[in-house]
Amino acid sequence: MSALQLIRKRLLGLLVVVLGVSVITFTVSHLIPGDPARLIAGEKATEEIVQNIRVQLGLDQPLHIQYFSYLKNLLSGDLGTSIRTTQPVLDDLAAFFPATLELAIVALLFASVVGIPLGVLSAVYKDKPLDHFVRLISVTGISTPAFWLGLGVILVFYGKLGMLPGGGRIGEGLAPQLNATGFYLIDTLLEGNFSGFISALKHIALPAFTLGFVHLGVVARQIRSSMLEQLQEDYIRTAKASGASKWSIIFKQALPNALIPSVTVIGLALGDLLYGAVLTETVFAWPGMGAYVVNSIQALDFPAVMGFAIVVSFAYVIVNLIVDLVYMLIDPRISGVN
Amino acid sequence: MDSRTVLSIKDLSIEFPLYEGTLKALNGVSLTVKQGEIVGIVGESGSGKSITAMMTMRLLGEGSYRVRTGSIDMLGVDILKASEKEICELRGGDVAMIFQEPMTALNPTRKVGKQMVDVIRRHQRVSKGQAEEIAAGLLSDMHFADPEDILARYPFELSGGMRQRVLIALAFSCNPKVIIADEPTTALDVTVQKQVLMLLKKMAAERKTAILFITHDMAVVSQFCDRVYVMYAGSLIESGSTRKVLHSPRHPYTRGLLAALPETAAPGTQLKSIPGSVPDLSKLPVGCAFQSRCSQSSEKCHQKPALAEAPQTDAHLCACWHPLTDLEAVA
Repeated sequence: MSALQLIRKRLLGLLVVVLGVSVITFTVSHLIPGDPARLIAGEKATEEIVQNIRVQLGLDQPLHIQYFSYLKNLLSGDLGTSIRTTQPVLDDLAAFFPATLELAIVALLFASVVGIPLGVLSAVYKDKPLDHFVRLISVTGISTPAFWLGLGVILVFYGKLGMLPGGGRIGEGLAPQLNATGFYLIDTLLEGNFSGFISALKHIALPAFTLGFVHLGVVARQIRSSMLEQLQEDYIRTAKASGASKWSIIFKQALPNALIPSVTVIGLALGDLLYGAVLTETVFAWPGMGAYVVNSIQALDFPAVMGFAIVVSFAYVIVNLIVDLVYMLIDPRISGVN
Repeated sequence: MDSRTVLSIKDLSIEFPLYEGTLKALNGVSLTVKQGEIVGIVGESGSGKSITAMMTMRLLGEGSYRVRTGSIDMLGVDILKASEKEICELRGGDVAMIFQEPMTALNPTRKVGKQMVDVIRRHQRVSKGQAEEIAAGLLSDMHFADPEDILARYPFELSGGMRQRVLIALAFSCNPKVIIADEPTTALDVTVQKQVLMLLKKMAAERKTAILFITHDMAVVSQFCDRVYVMYAGSLIESGSTRKVLHSPRHPYTRGLLAALPETAAPGTQLKSIPGSVPDLSKLPVGCAFQSRCSQSSEKCHQKPALAEAPQTDAHLCACWHPLTDLEAVA
């Protein structure tokens, strides 16, 4: 299959996924007891006012009619209007999504940059103390709840040591004026705002560590097991017999091949990070989609919650598509060369 | 050591620690290979022939085995004591190795050309372009019609025979003085096997490369080797020129092995075999390892027979208390 065929197939699949997600989230959100109209009007409002709001929002229509009008808008790129903020949901999400994506990507970079070497060392020194240490870190990472870890690092690095800020995205008055990427780390650099960059870096350190720590364990374990598998292969013996040194075999021969299955794990991790960010963002007062969606859930803001679910599943499918394209790039056996 | 000797193994005993006891993989193996010579080691699975091959380049996993006795001298380097750096210089340079499984012996995600260039440049100071020329030349020596095309391909695009020819070209890439070939043709079709063997033999003859050739196949030995060692349960039990060992075997095991070849059986008769099975290497008997399967065995066989020392290495030697005379062997 060529890359273009793959993209075409996946984009078709994307339609099905979004349709499925919209049905499920729509059904679930409308089955939850509670009346958004009542919530907006307040407890003391008369039934008449509440009914007026219902009509305004279209909540008086039968459920299937509501769904089809939602779907119609969705297909034209309209995620509806947030009940809580009265802004278009798409605009709200567009405002918060870059912060979440920035956090997820930095967390993933941290997990990969630390997790891959740890996994390699763990495989090379299998059953030695270093391996046990790395495996301990992995298990700790996988089994530590992010909100607990988040509180812990805030307590230590902000509370006790005062080294890093305990919340927020950037220092007062340092936010970049430029909005080229929506990523503060990039936008501050683009406008030459170095103190802003440093501040953004300090602010993102703790939440990215907290969010990335779980995946660090996952990545290290994946790399360890696929490295062990590769190091058993015959071509490693060939390389050894032709005079390659130990570390050149590990990094030039085994690691590139061991990374192939790890791409899946890392790709899926990015999807998880987008969801997982919700809790961590709340702990760190990170102004991303997490805080937005938690507030929306509490306000029974159906359009906002559904919009979030659809955007994240959209991102998930796109990440998976990218993973498959990366596969083609790094594994000639899949792309079928010549 | 004779100045023409390239490889000399003396009284090598290797064991692997097990959960219970030890596995005695090699028990006092001594052999020599001279410049330009093709020497076979023949034996069944588990006889220790591959271990011997791996040990000549110290390729067994460090720490997985113990050297009980012996030494290995490869081109003047004391293999068991050499530093990792010395060994790496030897490997792929003056000593190359060809393995049994051509299908998996090349890195699946790197092009053939890149793999060959890497090895050539590891041992020779040449540019990438020069290395590619050397690689293409070797491939054309290995009868590839379009070497440039092969260099640009990935291993999975080639057949097993083609890959083994690539691996042989790779082995010759730094003009080695010795090649260790561990069952290089076992995984190939008989027709391809013959072609690959002939190419290997021609390349070695042109370059005066010595080959230590590990195989279980007597037919391959008879076509290919100048001299042969027969191995059983971690010991060499017979050695001599290929013609002598194959035509007038003196050890009862060698004779049994030759009699078991399907080619020697008359049509319609049952195939012969050696009664019993290879002994457990963690529970070797005292004395001759073959005694329990041997029709000639006696009290004396409880003492270990050794290949008698002889003034010249091409003498026909046999580690047996009751060697068959030439007359018996022919009959």
